[in-house]
Amino acid sequence: MNELSHEPVLHQFPNAEWDEAAGAVIAPLGLARTMAEWLLGHGVDYCSNVTGVDYLEREVKEKITNDAGKVETVTRTEPARIDVVYHLYSMQNKTGPLVLKQRTSRDNAEAESLTPVWRSCDLQEREVFDLFGVNFKGHPDQRRILMWDEFEGHPMRRDYTEPFDYEWEPTPHNEILEKHQKGKVIV
Amino acid sequence: MSTAAAPNYELIQQDGLETNLLEVSMGPHHPSTHGVFRMDVKLDGETVVDLRPVFGYLHRNHEKLAENMSYLSSMPFTDRLDYFNSMANNWAYALAAEKLIDVEVPERAEYLRVIMAELTRLVNHISLVGFFINDLGALGTPLLYAFREREKILDLFEQASGARMMCNYFRFGGLRNDVPEGWLDRAGEVVDRFPAFLDEYEQLLCENEIILSRTQGVGNLPRELAISAGVTGPMLRASGMAYDLRKVDQYGIYDRFKFRVPYTDGDTGDCYDRFMIRMLEMRESIEILKQALAGIPEGEIMGNAPRVFKPKPAESYGRIEGPKGELGFYLIADGSPKPYRYRVRPPSLINLTVLRDMCLGGKIADAVIILGSIDIVLGEVDR
Amino acid sequence: MTILGGGIFKGMAVTLRNFVGSYINKKERLPTNDYSWRPDGDLPQGIGDYPKEEGEQLSDTTTVTEYSRNFPMLLHDGGEPMDTVRCVACQICERECPPQCIYIEKDYDENGKYIKRPAVFDIDVSVCMSCQICVEVCPFDAIVMNSQFELSTPDRFGGLLVRRDDLLKSNDYYHQIHPEEAAARDQKMAVEKAAKEAKKKAAAEKARAAAEKKAVEAAKEEAK
Repeated sequence: MNELSHEPVLHQFPNAEWDEAAGAVIAPLGLARTMAEWLLGHGVDYCSNVTGVDYLEREVKEKITNDAGKVETVTRTEPARIDVVYHLYSMQNKTGPLVLKQRTSRDNAEAESLTPVWRSCDLQEREVFDLFGVNFKGHPDQRRILMWDEFEGHPMRRDYTEPFDYEWEPTPHNEILEKHQKGKVIV
Repeated sequence: MSTAAAPNYELIQQDGLETNLLEVSMGPHHPSTHGVFRMDVKLDGETVVDLRPVFGYLHRNHEKLAENMSYLSSMPFTDRLDYFNSMANNWAYALAAEKLIDVEVPERAEYLRVIMAELTRLVNHISLVGFFINDLGALGTPLLYAFREREKILDLFEQASGARMMCNYFRFGGLRNDVPEGWLDRAGEVVDRFPAFLDEYEQLLCENEIILSRTQGVGNLPRELAISAGVTGPMLRASGMAYDLRKVDQYGIYDRFKFRVPYTDGDTGDCYDRFMIRMLEMRESIEILKQALAGIPEGEIMGNAPRVFKPKPAESYGRIEGPKGELGFYLIADGSPKPYRYRVRPPSLINLTVLRDMCLGGKIADAVIILGSIDIVLGEVDR
Repeated sequence: MTILGGGIFKGMAVTLRNFVGSYINKKERLPTNDYSWRPDGDLPQGIGDYPKEEGEQLSDTTTVTEYSRNFPMLLHDGGEPMDTVRCVACQICERECPPQCIYIEKDYDENGKYIKRPAVFDIDVSVCMSCQICVEVCPFDAIVMNSQFELSTPDRFGGLLVRRDDLLKSNDYYHQIHPEEAAARDQKMAVEKAAKEAKKKAAAEKARAAAEKKAVEAAKEEAK
């Protein structure tokens, strides 16, 4: 299958970054909708997968060459963020995939909705809202999809603790009961 | 392309009385909704004015479970996503995971994978056609004929993998065990008898005036809307776009088989098109099966995958042409034996995006037929 | 000239053909009505009839196919089960089990030292989904799949937790229900054992040669 090259995208939008390790184009803040519309105009007509990824604050060890020319290992803190990942294909030209990412912080997670551009993002962005808590600006119908409407919390986040459900059944592995007894569960 | 607006209806006024719209919840316990699926419909008499699908009744948080267990341990859970096609789900996951490590799948395993996937496609399409006709009111006759054929294929699955439906057969780098001796001959017999059964089935159904009048012209889906809404699989091909991942991506060894991809000639599709596309796809699957069963070599069935599956940090998106559409798995690995992010791209959920557009303006009875023709399985929609 | 309803009549001909065929051609039209794997007199009549003895299970296991699996079992090599049990309570299957239905406790002798046996090995029938992952990850070939499916019990509170002693079955029984798989497993174990013995012998040889060299050097030192 032919590859969909990211070079024209970076040429058109010089602010966008290219993440080599993940093979993805990172959309700069506020430009995601414009990029999507430009891509739609250039034949990328099918958005296959929309998902969210949660990264807590963590330390990353990297090897860089310092000023003296020696290779040393440096630890830096990668800030916490939530990524919204889009896999884009072109059905007309039968090429793809092109991976587009929007980055947002965990505390006030907001992103631009690409539903007006590709209709398939509709239900999937609702799922990202439901399970990760990302607010999509411009989404026509943003409400919870898999959990019930009155549910509180966002289950797929990495620091989510399950509520203590008094209807638990005694099984050999009582993880939730143990967590509750250690005081780590919100009721 | 915003969501379609509800057509304007004037409420009928009789003798000064204003009528209201009737809100019906075609609730989760319903024989025709293919699982625990709810549709809140607003009706004006029998015409559907608004429709809102509600799901999440079968949500088991499969994606979060997979973050806490090793890659191999989530393989049995992928069987339970789309519980009719467990072999296809297994293959999609194995494909995504094999992209993270460098392993070569042996020839015999590739041929067996294609055979299992095409048998799964037969099982899925025949069950779907049976359920579709059941929703129309045929009260079980075509459904049980379909299930009779399905039983023969499920016997084959049991002989190969040990379980009828939840097969857990694929592994990273090959398959779990080789098929027992005589299996290929038995599979050949099933495949040889299948076209005769399909002819009989077509004679039973395809000229039936009731089916023709109830499915033609119902549930029109234009091609641009289908592409934009991410609809894939037989539903997309029924709307006039020839996009089949077996021909586009050519994963596995599909480039060695000669087969055609049926699609409608035009730019909209209705329920009858989707039904007929599935009947035609079954015939093409039989062609692929005959070629694969004839050409399968001897050899090993497991490549050199590492004993402990610990890929280096990378991302991969593996997708296959499942019987319901494009089934994709997105994996982010971070060097530990557990995946960092595991995502299933469910074809049934994405195909449901257009349910409202197709049902508005039609009758309530048509809503059931349109839902039947989309081919959903709630295990996949809710994961 | 097509009659209105002609398609429906053609369909009815198919139904008629199936109806008549189900009397004449049973193999084609009724393929699932085949209880040949179970002789007639052995169907359980009441709730207390579900057999639990080792020998009796053979008449109601679905050994229709080589690989059919339903519930795991622990293997022992004959004689007194707990003397020859293969399981060493390494707890790998407990960790890898996807629905987490296994519960293992190690066995300790009177001094508190860990002996290589499980004291407790429970599997919860209502949770186990017979996925075979425990079989694949076990390094000692101690747990394999049984094909017994009549595990129901009228006891609501403990009956569905199968304990260690009910899980222990002999290797001969394994050969009876899954002959090919058992033979392959025995062969693999024999090969591994032979390799281990060969390695041990080679290591003993090396140690002996090193000790001899050391003795010769010590003798030289003394002679100086």
